[in-house]
This record gives sequence, structure tokens and C-alpha cells, in this order.
Amino acid sequence: MVVPSRYVGVIHHTCAFERTTQNGITVDLFEYQARELFAKHDVPVLGGGVAQTADEAKEIAQRIGGQVVVKAQVKTGGRGKAGGVKLAENPDEAYDRAKDILGMDIKGHTVHKVMVAQASDIAEEYYFSYLLDRTNRTFLAMASVEGGVEIEEVAATRPEALARISIDANVGVDEAKAREIVAAAKFPAEVADQIAHVAQKLWDVFIKEDALLVEVNPLVQDPDGKIIALDGKVTLDENAAFRQPAQLEYADNSAADPLEQRAKELSLNYVKLDGQVGIIGNGAGLVMSTVDVVAYAGENFGGVKPANFLDLGGGSSAEVMANGLGLILSDDQVRSVFVNVFGGITSCDTVASGIVAALAELGDKATKPLVVRLDGNNVQEGRRILAEANHPLVQLVDTMDGAAAKAAELAAAK
Amino acid sequence: MAIFLTKDSKIIVQGMTGSEGKKHTRRMIENGSQIVGGVTPGKGGQSVDFDGSAVPVFNTVKEAVAATGADVTVIFVPPKFAKAAIVEAIDAEVPLCVVITEGIPVHDSTAAFGYSLGKKTRIIGPNCPGVQTPGASSAGIIPAISSPGKIGLVSKSGTLTYQMMYELREEGISTAVGIGGDPVIGTTHIDCLEAFEADPETVAIVMIGEIGGDAEERAADFIKDHVRKPVVGYVAGFMAPEGKTMGHAGAIVSGSSGTAEAKKAALEAAGVKVGKTPTEAAELMRQIVAAL
Repeated sequence: MVVPSRYVGVIHHTCAFERTTQNGITVDLFEYQARELFAKHDVPVLGGGVAQTADEAKEIAQRIGGQVVVKAQVKTGGRGKAGGVKLAENPDEAYDRAKDILGMDIKGHTVHKVMVAQASDIAEEYYFSYLLDRTNRTFLAMASVEGGVEIEEVAATRPEALARISIDANVGVDEAKAREIVAAAKFPAEVADQIAHVAQKLWDVFIKEDALLVEVNPLVQDPDGKIIALDGKVTLDENAAFRQPAQLEYADNSAADPLEQRAKELSLNYVKLDGQVGIIGNGAGLVMSTVDVVAYAGENFGGVKPANFLDLGGGSSAEVMANGLGLILSDDQVRSVFVNVFGGITSCDTVASGIVAALAELGDKATKPLVVRLDGNNVQEGRRILAEANHPLVQLVDTMDGAAAKAAELAAAK
Repeated sequence: MAIFLTKDSKIIVQGMTGSEGKKHTRRMIENGSQIVGGVTPGKGGQSVDFDGSAVPVFNTVKEAVAATGADVTVIFVPPKFAKAAIVEAIDAEVPLCVVITEGIPVHDSTAAFGYSLGKKTRIIGPNCPGVQTPGASSAGIIPAISSPGKIGLVSKSGTLTYQMMYELREEGISTAVGIGGDPVIGTTHIDCLEAFEADPETVAIVMIGEIGGDAEERAADFIKDHVRKPVVGYVAGFMAPEGKTMGHAGAIVSGSSGTAEAKKAALEAAGVKVGKTPTEAAELMRQIVAAL
């Protein structure tokens, strides 16, 4: 079967940004967290621990004994090249290396933790993963005897070297399926049994933890012939949180951008963009479309751009509107705001009341003009409420394109 | 006759006794839907009153189908119970199962879809607004926006479904299908294009996509080979920065594929006229319909 290369692409795009949206649905784990889950499901890993200080790193190195690797814990690729992975011969060196790496910036990610792991001699490096195959609406195993490298490159240049086996979600990976994967990837006979065993343990991680991605790269064979998961990436499904109480600790509420951080605290589905027109709407599709329409309109007004994506979701209350509006008005870049709502489940009068209440609550803090476009469920009442409130900052425009142009014009004028 | 749903469709609602289920059942009835029953385990034998008409509640989908002859089920049950509800509908051989529930774990939707393969049930959704044949019937939460007409509409996004129905409210819609934005959905753009192509009451099709995945590119390939009716497209997310997700799990941009630009190019290569905004797409459709 053929899997488009973008599925492989998703693996290395461990999108830090996904976590910035409320309905982002996925949670990428740090390597040390993935290792914890591997250990929990009996996937062979090396000894190690996670440290937030150089002293802690030294202690772990002492406990492990011998040579260790100190690895930056960041949710982005390329940390080795950035100097975030270092060998240490003894605990004192582990202390020094940890001191170097902690606080380091790797592609915009500050290193707050390091993993200290037993160093391993490597005889062979393999690749193994389970993931969701969106196109075929099933699960997929991918495996290759050429691990340790950028697997995207293998997939792109020599696709025959990456075996892809589809997995029936209602059957899973049993002994026979594991053997099928091992045979398809042409793993050497001397490790076939071990890898078939590890494949089933990794499936346990995938299925029991509600993972959308479990990737081991590299899966190594050490000089004694033992198979070990040396580095792992795991992406979890936030929709499954109700049955995964132990995963609560993995919830990541940090965001690089302070406004996105604030949005997380307020449970708002917000993404910061670089522009001047604040955008609020309901429904991810409509808000995405609004972002586009504002950008097009901005081309006629000196290149004004959308400042953010903010989806209030269905049935939004006045409080959510107030929080959203407050957040956007606190963005110094914002010069005008476009509220674009199509009332499906949401009723336009609720939205209108929300805007009026939010402006009353914000008082003098509300200083930027608001362009509002309402259509759909109870639109007459919604428009009536806004007309009656007659707030000097608010103007109603009938159409989406017209309102976008108005908002862009106001942002350009100031 | 439109697609998937007609005035003769007999609809049951799984989760009708819950607050969302009740609210939307009432709206579906107002939109002309024949709601013949509800299913809530443990509440069989009761009934729910909707403005004077009592809709019976059954313990199981099988019982409901046996008693009412239902051929459509709409699922409003919480995410935790959604997989079991879908499997129950499949086992009861209900031809159409519309899953409104948002927030179903991907492992559950993947398993439920896998289970439906080779069986008699078409799943629409999950996390979708449902199906509406204006003037005839509505299965889901799409409000009454458009008059009946001859334009077929398929969209991942709920609110863009509404927006487009609104834009084309005077020309009229044959059937609008909100297929949902989750990573795994039961009915795709392609399934809807195929059904619209075969539907004598649909003369043209609007297809709305958004960034992420490759459903639109695959739909473009399908259009090239199998669709003779005119298709107008709209894709949301041109300005989405790479690597940022805007709300939908499905909307993941990675590399050059899956971008709005790539989708637009694929659709245009298949002869689809693509609007820059929903309003422009609607205008393109108006011109096409006027020329027919």
C-alpha cells in the first residue's frame, strides 16, 4: 500500500503549535516521558532519569554509573546538531554537560530539563513506528532496517526501504502481525524474534495509551545483540483524556507566546499571528476563512494582516466572548477587531449580549474599533441588541467580505 | 430525491433524552424531519413530548428499528459512549448513521469505521453538523438556512457549511453534507461527490475544504475522472502559518502538501473553479447555475 510522504512528515513535525489550541487534540511528549511509557509497557529501554538541575543530572549519572548521555528535552528535532546531546564519562562531566545544555535555546525552545541516560554501544540502528493513517482511515506500522537517520529522507529517496503495513484497528498487532511487519521490513533473522516481541509491546503503548504516534528512532541492536528503544516520540490523543487519568501530568500548558499562554489559562482556542486585525468567530472553518478574508482585504489597505485566530466554539457564552475580546484587545499590535459569527447552534442574540457585556466589563480598557458581522440564528434580535447598546466603538456590517474590508480599513487608518 | 436523506427518511436519535439531543430533536422536527423514536438504554418504554407529539424511547437501536422502520440514526451520546452507539447502529443495519458527537477518541472512531467496512451502514462524521435536504428533512444540527434547490454542498467545517448555505440561500441547496473535521471520518468528500454526480436533482456541486490531510487532493483526482457536473471549490486556511493547527485535529499542515495552496492547485487542475472567499465561491456558482 502507498502512504503519502506527509504522514512521515508529521512525525518530525512534532508541532509545538498544536498544543496552543484548545481543540488541538494531540499532546506531544518529551523523550523522557515517552521512555516512561515504554518502560511501563515493557519495551526495553536503557537506565536513565530526568533532571532539572546540573546537581540532579550528576546524581542520576552516579546512580547509572559509567558513561552517560545528557540529552536536552525539547519538543523539536535537530537537538543533536544544535549541541543538545552530549556524552559524559563520569558524574562530574555529566554535571558540566547538563550545566551547558540547561537553559539552551534550540529552535526557539528553551531547555528546562535534560535526560541522563546510560550510554550504549550500537551495532545496528533500525526504525519502527505505529501511527494513524488518515487517508486509509486505519492504523499503520512503519519499519526499516535503516534507522538513526532522517526517516523522511529514506521514505522520499528509497521508499522500498521503509515497510508500511496496515493494521486493522479491531484486530491489532498479535504475534502473526508482528511477524508480518518484521518480514516486510527484512529485519535480520538473529533479531527477528526480539523485534517481533518489541513490536507487540510497542503496540501496547499505542493502544493502551491512546497514542496517535509511537515512534522509535533509533531502535538499536547493542553489541550483545539486545534490542533497545534508544529514542522515542509519542503523541497522545487529548480526546481520550477521560479514560487516561495517568496522562494528566503530560498536559502541557506552556506556550512560547505570552498571549497564547494567557489564552491557554482562559481555555480559549487562540493562535497568535503577526498582524493588526484581531479576529473572533465561531467554528474553526469559519474563523480560518475569516483570517484569509481579512488578509485579502488588507492588501487594499497597506498590507494590514490578521492578528490572530480565535474560535469561540459553539454555544459561546457572554463570559467566553468577554475573555476573548479582552485577550485580543491586550495585544498591542491589534488596531481593530473583526467579530464574525454565523449563528448555527450559537444564537446571535447571545453573541450580541456577550459583546455588550464584554465592552461594559472592559470599560476604558476597550479602545479599539470593533466591526461585527452577524448572520443566522436569531440575527434580527442580535442586531437589535447591538443597535440599542449603540456603543461608539462598534459598527455592524452586513457581509463577511464587507466587514473584513471595514476592519482592515480601520486598522490601516490608525 | 437529493442524497442520503429525503422527506421519507425515518430518523431515530441515539441520546434523544439528553439536553443536546432533546434540543436538536425539536429543531429537526421543526425542519420537517420525521423523528420516529429515540434510543436511551434503560429508558425504553418512556416517551418524550415535542410540542404535543410523543416520540417513543427504546432501549436499543434494534428495538427502535423493529418498531419504527427507521433508516437513519443521529448520535448525540457523549464521547465515552459514542463508539458503542455507532457499533450498535451498524449491528442493527441502519443504513445511515450521523455522528454529531465531538471529542471522540481517534482510536474509537478508527475502530468504529473499521467495523463498518463491508457492512450496511454509512457513517457520517463524527464531529459534524450532519445532513440536510432543505424543505424535506434534517439529520443533525444544521439550521434552516437555505431554500430547496439543485446545488449539492459538501464541507468539512460546520460553520462554513452554514455560511455557504446562506450565500446560496436563494439559488437553493439539494442536500448539504457536513462531513466533519476529525482525522477519521466515515463519509468523505469523494463519497459525497459520487452521490451528487448520481443524483438527478443536483445540477452542480460546491465543495469546501480546509488545510490538512489530503482529502481535497484525492477529491480533485476523483472529479477529474468521474464527475461531469460543474464543481466549485473553496478552501480555508491560506494564511495559516505552517505547523500551526487552527482548531481541527485534521488541520495539520506539514511540508508543502496539505496546504490550502496545494489543494487549490489540485482542484483547479481538475477543472474546478475555486473561490478566494466563500462569497466569491458562491458568486462563481451563481454564474454556473445561471448558464446551465
